[in-house]
Amino acid sequence: MQIKAANPQQKQKGPSLKPPVVRLDSSDGHQLGKTKGHEMINTVKLIVLGLITLGAMIAANYARDLAYMVQALVIVLVSGGLFLWVLRGTGEDKPAMSQDEYMDDVIRAGVVATAFWGVVGFLVGVFIAFQLAFPVLNFEWTQGIGNFGRLRPLHTSAVIFAFGGNALIATSFYVVQRTSAARLWGGNLAWFVFWGYQLFIVLAALGYVLGGTQSKEYAEPEWHVDLWLTVVWVAYLAVFLGTIIKRKEKHIYVANWFFLSFIVTVAMLHLVNNMTIPVSIFGSKSVILWAGVQDAMVQWWYGHNAVGFFLTAGFLGMMYYFIPKQAERPVFSYKLSIIHFWALIFLYIWAGPHHLHYTALPDWASTLGMVFSIVLWMPSWGGMINGLMTLSGAWDKLRTDPVIRMMVISLGFYGMSTFEGPMMSIRAVNSLSHYTDWTIGHVHSGALGWNGMITFGALYFLVPVLWKRERLYSLTMVSWHFWLATIGIILYAASMWVTGIMEGLMWREVDANGFLVNSFADTVAAKFPMYVVRGLGGVMYLAGAIIMCVNLWLTVRKAPAKEASLSVAVPAE
Amino acid sequence: METYSLLREFADSWMLLFLFTFFVMVILWVFRPGSKAEYQDTAGIPFRYEDKPAPDAETEKEAQS
Repeated sequence: MQIKAANPQQKQKGPSLKPPVVRLDSSDGHQLGKTKGHEMINTVKLIVLGLITLGAMIAANYARDLAYMVQALVIVLVSGGLFLWVLRGTGEDKPAMSQDEYMDDVIRAGVVATAFWGVVGFLVGVFIAFQLAFPVLNFEWTQGIGNFGRLRPLHTSAVIFAFGGNALIATSFYVVQRTSAARLWGGNLAWFVFWGYQLFIVLAALGYVLGGTQSKEYAEPEWHVDLWLTVVWVAYLAVFLGTIIKRKEKHIYVANWFFLSFIVTVAMLHLVNNMTIPVSIFGSKSVILWAGVQDAMVQWWYGHNAVGFFLTAGFLGMMYYFIPKQAERPVFSYKLSIIHFWALIFLYIWAGPHHLHYTALPDWASTLGMVFSIVLWMPSWGGMINGLMTLSGAWDKLRTDPVIRMMVISLGFYGMSTFEGPMMSIRAVNSLSHYTDWTIGHVHSGALGWNGMITFGALYFLVPVLWKRERLYSLTMVSWHFWLATIGIILYAASMWVTGIMEGLMWREVDANGFLVNSFADTVAAKFPMYVVRGLGGVMYLAGAIIMCVNLWLTVRKAPAKEASLSVAVPAE
Repeated sequence: METYSLLREFADSWMLLFLFTFFVMVILWVFRPGSKAEYQDTAGIPFRYEDKPAPDAETEKEAQS
């Protein structure tokens, strides 16, 4: 069977090439005489899956809380289903995977998942925005499942980890293959990363809604879900690093440096921030090893580096590949990109304590965080300038290509929020801004503007390439998306500036005798109009994302197919 | 000496020096003579193998001979 699979490749490559069968280094090719090994692996898989199914059944039976039980039942279904799938596939020959083409099917799946989770995350965000404006939307019948407190982590994790995470995994797999000139290492391990990550998202989301969470921002999943994420993440690192190691290019392109630092640092952050001991192996609840202010420090060391390495370094990896590709010219300064990389990772890791001004944390620590946050402004803007100047000599594309417009505005928002962030980290500014909606506005100008827009740009680039289409279905729809999203973000950020500064000032207002003038409820009442504007901004952003999904769908279905070449851009050399 | 003080002392002396020197060396390294041509080549990586991975080094040699 294997020979049959190898034959067409031989035809393609011509008689002078060795047949791929000889290649022993390929980790995913099944060679002649390996059928027995294949059966062996299948048997091991069946045993492992059977044990997992059984273990999850026992866990569901002894479960101490609802969230844990439901999560265990999901694992029963998934592992049981996989068991049957592997069993039915036993004895069937799988076609050998070719090493001379890129592994793009897993990236296509990643693109679909990114678009899907994006819309889900934005939808939940819009709903909870209106819950804040109109508390009646916290329906009585959804108490304990659909109220703001339960849905808020669902929103943050859906947009950061489901939308952003899938975008990062898909684009990093795409970029590392193209810039290493090698197929993904590890064969189907990439599929394990993809589906394992989706399982993590579903388990985490169920935990949020049903109350199986820990009090750590952006790290709400409990210990058993954390363990699963660790397994998936190690596999992700292996696939990425494996591909870099077997690269055919001499140098590691700068985008891969950013992606690699993102994967490694997130692994480290995740492990240190989730050092917990479960109360029972049959329950969600766990106790953290860190005590008091050290726990707070570890949390914000994690929290800020999740911003720095997940939402910044990873997305900068996207920026350094997709902007040069869409602009059809190499990055403005490769030297600057190297300095950008080292400066960013050396500085970001220290910035976390600025989340803990005026707390039990020693002053020297929060001052350290503040100083590093301000110094961080320089590499941030260095990176932004590097991206923007890549367009020098091609600025006319801004008029004609709405995709590049999207990428450029993402850099604009990146520059804006990386200016705003250092400013807010200054202790005096923070005393006004902290705990107010200004923070939420800042986060969203970064997340919607920078992360969202660069991801949309990458999706608009990837879909025609991955589905071999001549072009996108409609550039007009891209323009609509662009303007809806941009105006939506502006409404969001502007209303949050107004309400944030207003509430900060109201909180600190004292009368002649030194008594506080406003109660907390007064500030809530005063914020109503801005909350409605914020919700409308969210609706516009969501509408833009839905237009994108329709456009991408029609691109796959209706746009003319491309035969000769897979790429959109003309090679520069 | 207790662990905290020991680590603290190491962190704000030798480790700080090491990290700072490393960073300065990176900048000097980037501007070394001859780096321009090399980086121009590296910056072109995204435009090379868009459709297919590079062929193996040995097969390439065979094809040339």
